Amino acid sequence: MTLLYFAWVRQKIGKSEEQMTLSVSDVAALIAHLKSLGPNYADAFVDLSRIRVAVNQHHTGLGAKLSPNDEVAFFPPVTGG
Amino acid sequence: MKTAIRVQREDFDLNKEVTLLAGDGESGAVASFTGHVRKENDLSTLTLEHYPHMTEAEIARLVAEAGSRWPLTGVTVIHRVGALRPGDRIVLVAVASQHRHAAFAACEFLMDYLKTHAPFWKEETRAAGHHWVEHHTGDDEAAKRWDPSTGSG
Repeated sequence: MTLLYFAWVRQKIGKSEEQMTLSVSDVAALIAHLKSLGPNYADAFVDLSRIRVAVNQHHTGLGAKLSPNDEVAFFPPVTGG
Repeated sequence: MKTAIRVQREDFDLNKEVTLLAGDGESGAVASFTGHVRKENDLSTLTLEHYPHMTEAEIARLVAEAGSRWPLTGVTVIHRVGALRPGDRIVLVAVASQHRHAAFAACEFLMDYLKTHAPFWKEETRAAGHHWVEHHTGDDEAAKRWDPSTGSG
């Protein structure tokens, strides 16, 4: 699984991308796993109302199902334009 | 529908882009929106980050949606990334159609959806330091106007 982080999520976690071999059923389970990896992850995911997620480059929600080869991105609400 | 979607550091030339979009005479109308960095107190730099590949894919999905709602002949979307200063151009949405109503409406639709869907993030640099711009809930309301399920689109 490829994990990508953007904006302050990237800054809090301290990296922009990482590969993980994981078997998690959905995005919520992935976040629960990430929060167990260290205080930087726990801090990034402390308020899920401020987190948005995309799976395979499509916006989705915390309940989205995951497969081992998915690309999952976490980021704040977008502020372009 | 002629479509051009670019994410780039470089500036763009509005006149050149509109000529490329509609200079062949197929379109009688072009509506365009250009966004600039607003000058605010001690704002020195606005730095834009994005999600490469998803950005282009998401904008392409929005352009396809616009093309399904209005009879468009062409769309150009250019969004800059990197470090920008007050007054710099950030974004261009130009929409061509045979008649003006579709061009105006689709241009506004695309800007509203780009604001709420395209994965860009702005970081401000001020005297006090760096600060990520917060998402405006007003942008969500603007985008909802176009959602048929709310009955107000």
